[in-house]
Amino acid sequence: MSNEFKESIHKAVNNANLTGALGKFSEAYKVNRAKAYEGIDFEELRGRIAELKSYAASHLDELSELFARNATERGAKVFRTSDPAKVREYILKVAQDNNVKTVVKSKSMATEEIHLNQYLEKAGIIVGETDLGEWIIQLAGQTPSHMVMPAIHMTKEEVSDLFSKEIDERLTSDIPRLVKVARDRLRPSFLQADMGISGGNIAVAETGSIVLMTNEGNARLVTSLPKIHIALVGIEKLIEKYADVATILKALPRSATAQLLTSYVSIITGPTPNPDGSMKDLHIILMDNRRSEMAADPKFKQALQCIRCASCLNVCPVFRLVGGHVFGQVYTGGIGTILTAWFDELKKSEDIQGLCIQCGACKDVCPGKIDIPDLIMEIRRRLVKEQGLPLLQKTIYSVVNNRHLFHGILRAASIAGKPFTSGKFVRHLPMFLADLTDGRSLPAIASEPFRDRFKKIKQPKLMEKAAFYAGCLIDFAYPEMGEALVKVLNKAGIEVVFPQDQTCCGAPARYNGAYEVAAGNAIDNIKALLAEEVKYVISACPTCTVALDHEFISTFESLEQTEWIPKAKELAAKTVDFSTLVKKLVDEGRLSLKDGQKLGKITYHDSCHLKRTLKVSEQPRELLGKAGYEVTEMFECDMCCGMGGSYSMKLPEISGPILKRKLHNIRETGAPLVAMDCPGCVMQIRGGLDQDGADIKVRHTVELLAEQLKD
Amino acid sequence: MYDQFKTRAEGVSAEVHRFDTKNVALDFIHRFLKEEGIADSENAYALWADCPFLEGIDRKALQNETAGLKFEVSRELADKARFGISQMQWALADTGTLAQDSSAIEQRLVSSLPTIHIALVPTSGLLPDMPTLLTKTNPNDCGYLAMITGPSRTADIERVLTIGVHGPDRLIIVFVDELGGAS
Ligand code: SF4
Ligand code: SF4
Repeated sequence: MSNEFKESIHKAVNNANLTGALGKFSEAYKVNRAKAYEGIDFEELRGRIAELKSYAASHLDELSELFARNATERGAKVFRTSDPAKVREYILKVAQDNNVKTVVKSKSMATEEIHLNQYLEKAGIIVGETDLGEWIIQLAGQTPSHMVMPAIHMTKEEVSDLFSKEIDERLTSDIPRLVKVARDRLRPSFLQADMGISGGNIAVAETGSIVLMTNEGNARLVTSLPKIHIALVGIEKLIEKYADVATILKALPRSATAQLLTSYVSIITGPTPNPDGSMKDLHIILMDNRRSEMAADPKFKQALQCIRCASCLNVCPVFRLVGGHVFGQVYTGGIGTILTAWFDELKKSEDIQGLCIQCGACKDVCPGKIDIPDLIMEIRRRLVKEQGLPLLQKTIYSVVNNRHLFHGILRAASIAGKPFTSGKFVRHLPMFLADLTDGRSLPAIASEPFRDRFKKIKQPKLMEKAAFYAGCLIDFAYPEMGEALVKVLNKAGIEVVFPQDQTCCGAPARYNGAYEVAAGNAIDNIKALLAEEVKYVISACPTCTVALDHEFISTFESLEQTEWIPKAKELAAKTVDFSTLVKKLVDEGRLSLKDGQKLGKITYHDSCHLKRTLKVSEQPRELLGKAGYEVTEMFECDMCCGMGGSYSMKLPEISGPILKRKLHNIRETGAPLVAMDCPGCVMQIRGGLDQDGADIKVRHTVELLAEQLKD
Repeated sequence: MYDQFKTRAEGVSAEVHRFDTKNVALDFIHRFLKEEGIADSENAYALWADCPFLEGIDRKALQNETAGLKFEVSRELADKARFGISQMQWALADTGTLAQDSSAIEQRLVSSLPTIHIALVPTSGLLPDMPTLLTKTNPNDCGYLAMITGPSRTADIERVLTIGVHGPDRLIIVFVDELGGAS
């Protein structure tokens, strides 16, 4: 991580205006978005969007061609190029040929992508942004901090200072007044401008139309008042059919700003008359700039399904803390990381890709159905492939891949009786590496790991067998969770086996882009877990469950190690998480919890992987309810706790505040007890509450249920 | 559909009225302009863009009755007008949206530059939603399809919703049953 980047994070998280504004916005957004989508089947809708956009992405050339033909037929001048430099030259030439002195613009990311303003200004042309937010940051000489709300980081006082300077009059921070000032100030610019430049939210191939949406009404003026209109459109905005415009417009405003529709939508097809009776000089530029290459990449093609709603930013626990500036100048947030890696260069994403904690919140709300965290992982993988791993990580992984050495070191650490934080080597082990982070204490390594304790557990001989996959945290830090699990399953008539050859699930390596290491872990575990015939492979760590259930397969796929895929699938078919299996056993009447217990209030934290990858959230709540707990929901119960494996060690400045929010929400419920299904979350949240001195117990669901089994 | 439209449009700060005949609608507009202080001076006059509603109406008589009402539209006039009046063809019930073939620039000038936009709509132009609108329009003979949902708005300063940035800060929607409709 570069120092400059660390510095920018430091600056952002300490900017109270920014984090305050983004935080409040993201909280309100969630509620408003849900309201805007009331009565709409979001999964069905985004399925259609993904399909039509994916079709377009596979036919970019064809649709560009069709668009160009239709738009030209309608009288527009269409210019197609893959080169940003050619776009700039083209626009400048049109401007110079027509003696253009001033240009008004409505918001366009594509023009920012190619740094058009600076280029035109250098040539002596005055360029005015007209979107209020864009205008504010243009006056401030800054770059946008959010794709939809570019000036969200500024206070009304800052805006009033800027405007006061601009109109040479002392203004107060009264917002309606400031907006009026902007209106009055910008109106003459619209009327005087010789050229209007816009982007395009959608380009329709079968009709040659472009669709523009704004709330302020500036795009209407930009496309109506000046005699020349240039629309710069990235080819990912192409869709085939006119009727599909309605599909995208059903989702875009709802996802972007929780509106049913933006105030203004214009569908422009060919030139229309100017006020003086002449015809508009309409130019449409279809810009590629690596989008075709992206479409040809089997993994990244789906990123072209993006409709630029920015909802992935609004729900991101990291974005709401650091805002857009940390991500760079143009595209921000999760999707921005991906677009920057392509439209700019892979290397540019080196620092920012590390910001993603892989919580999956964005993937859940993306109307383009893009697996953003997965694509960010792929960037990580490619970066590692290109540049190799840093030496320290390499050493760590060579240890993790050697089970005997790895476990040996963990045992040595436990003998020393020290927490994970001490001891030079252990400290840097992927899961446990730590520079003691602010606001959280770490658990000690168990004096006896689960793998040894297991041998002492007396189990009845039972027909049905389940292999328990413990994962490093339960094995070496929380063996009591493993014991509780054995107790529960035995009660349901299932004998637990513990294959001693199991090792790290590979998630730490994978999340750091070291796929070869992850594949090595996968192979070891597949061999170990499939060695004995069992009905289930059960895990009480969602990260591990996801590894067994999904990631072994996708790691092999990424590396094209196809020979292991059938075995990985066999394992995946048997894999189940603790709460899902237990819920099933209870429903089948094979397991009963004590009746009539009154155990008081509890609140439940949804772990990212369990909720969003495994889609499990009701099961643990129902089980805890059945056991006699009164489940009280906390605010943002499914928001990440900030752990993210080694993330909390690498980016404590971000992880810390995310945890703080979580702790606050837990405390607000007034419950003396918080449950969760993930040992990683237990480590993070218990550590946080412990430092806080709060009298709130943190338990894994497995432990709580084991206490309430009916005899 | 009208009720749904009204709820949705009012939800985004539009004002919605409905009259059965053109005459009653005209009375309403006349009264509204008077109450809002229409006058033949800058930022006080009204521009009424040519539209089917005006067919068979004696424009001269109207102007005599209402000082400051103009029927010729230019960008300079539109810039300094307080009221813009135009007829929209369709209304989409599920979002409270008005739609119009705005290929003629006058239609856009009166609906975007003044501070108050009065939009006349034939009640028969009510459609359930945008997919229906798109089946009724063909970009081949409509160069500029405009949709309007409430007045101009922004939340760019501290996310505070503020009405009236570059476009009108009031949108008065007047349904007229008697007007035939594009549909
Ligand atoms: S990636 Fe998805 S959520 Fe993010 S801007 Fe694109 S469409 Fe919206
Ligand atoms: S996975 Fe989570 S942290 Fe990563 S971009 Fe998406 S929301 Fe942000």
